[in-house]
Amino acid sequence: MTDASVPDFDGCGSSGADQRIRPAFLLVYLLLGVAFGVVLTRSEVLSWFRIQEMFHFQSFRMYGIIGSAIATAAASIALIKASGLNSADGKPIVIPRRPLGSGIQYAVGGTIFGMGWALTGACPGPLFALIGNGVSVMTVAVLSALAGTWAYGWLRPRLPH
Amino acid sequence: MMTWFNAEWPWYVAGPLIGLFVPALLLVGNKTFGISGNLRHLCSAILPSRLEFFRYDWKSTGLWNLVFLAGVLVGGFLASHSGSPHAINISPATVTTLRQIGIHDFSGVVPRELFTWNALLTLRGFVSIVVGGFLVGFGAAYAAGCTSGHAISGLANFELPSLIAVFGFFAGGLAATYLILPFVTGHL
Repeated sequence: MTDASVPDFDGCGSSGADQRIRPAFLLVYLLLGVAFGVVLTRSEVLSWFRIQEMFHFQSFRMYGIIGSAIATAAASIALIKASGLNSADGKPIVIPRRPLGSGIQYAVGGTIFGMGWALTGACPGPLFALIGNGVSVMTVAVLSALAGTWAYGWLRPRLPH
Repeated sequence: MMTWFNAEWPWYVAGPLIGLFVPALLLVGNKTFGISGNLRHLCSAILPSRLEFFRYDWKSTGLWNLVFLAGVLVGGFLASHSGSPHAINISPATVTTLRQIGIHDFSGVVPRELFTWNALLTLRGFVSIVVGGFLVGFGAAYAAGCTSGHAISGLANFELPSLIAVFGFFAGGLAATYLILPFVTGHL
């Protein structure tokens, strides 16, 4: 992750396929997003209270949710790989892997993110779902998160990765 | 028929439902599930700059994800306006713990002592909202991923970078929970 000019993989959201998307597919992404927002809300994982409960080790709930989400995703990926399925756009499914490098960016960046996760009680998805839930002050948290992302982009050449 | 929707979803329902977004996005368009890339896409789209990190074609890379994110906002709205609102049923131990740091309103999805426009002008509210938000954005960009991209997509794909990141998430989260939050609420 030293070559900033390559927008290949930002690590969170984009994949190798860099092609314009047909409008019909955008509608599918919109509906999937709606479903995700509903799940985040009804499962209560967007709640600051649930995050505090987790970091105080006072309930198994969040660990069960995260653990079973990983297990479900891992089993699905294994099934997809074993079946050799293509995605709906007809291409073989590939999951880009992040380069390890020195690992510093993951350890330090992860720790910084974790502090923000506990303070806001929300990771990026829940921040937006909370605005939808009517917690309008979270728009300030989102603007601040954008400032944080921008600050990283500015400091990036000087940070160890 | 709406009773299951209104009830508190057990972890073994909520977790697998979240996990299914990984294969769903792979099958629809070969996309990797991860939310925080959107913060970078938004910076790239809204704040044009010479910084290399933001100089890429955000439309071809991230438009699908921004649309997904817009859906998340709509989904949050729809879910909170359907079904009966209720307090988050956290464990009694957590209620006791949070009372000790000055949290007494347990009626909403987030505590009103921290997450209102008035609270924004207090130290504890400012740190929770503004400092917390900044750290989320900075940390997710530095770590190249957040809870969805690392803890779920990355770990499910058995990636070592994601394991390191998730250890970091918890180290940072525990530090903020046991040190920063009690300090800014005046209860350390």
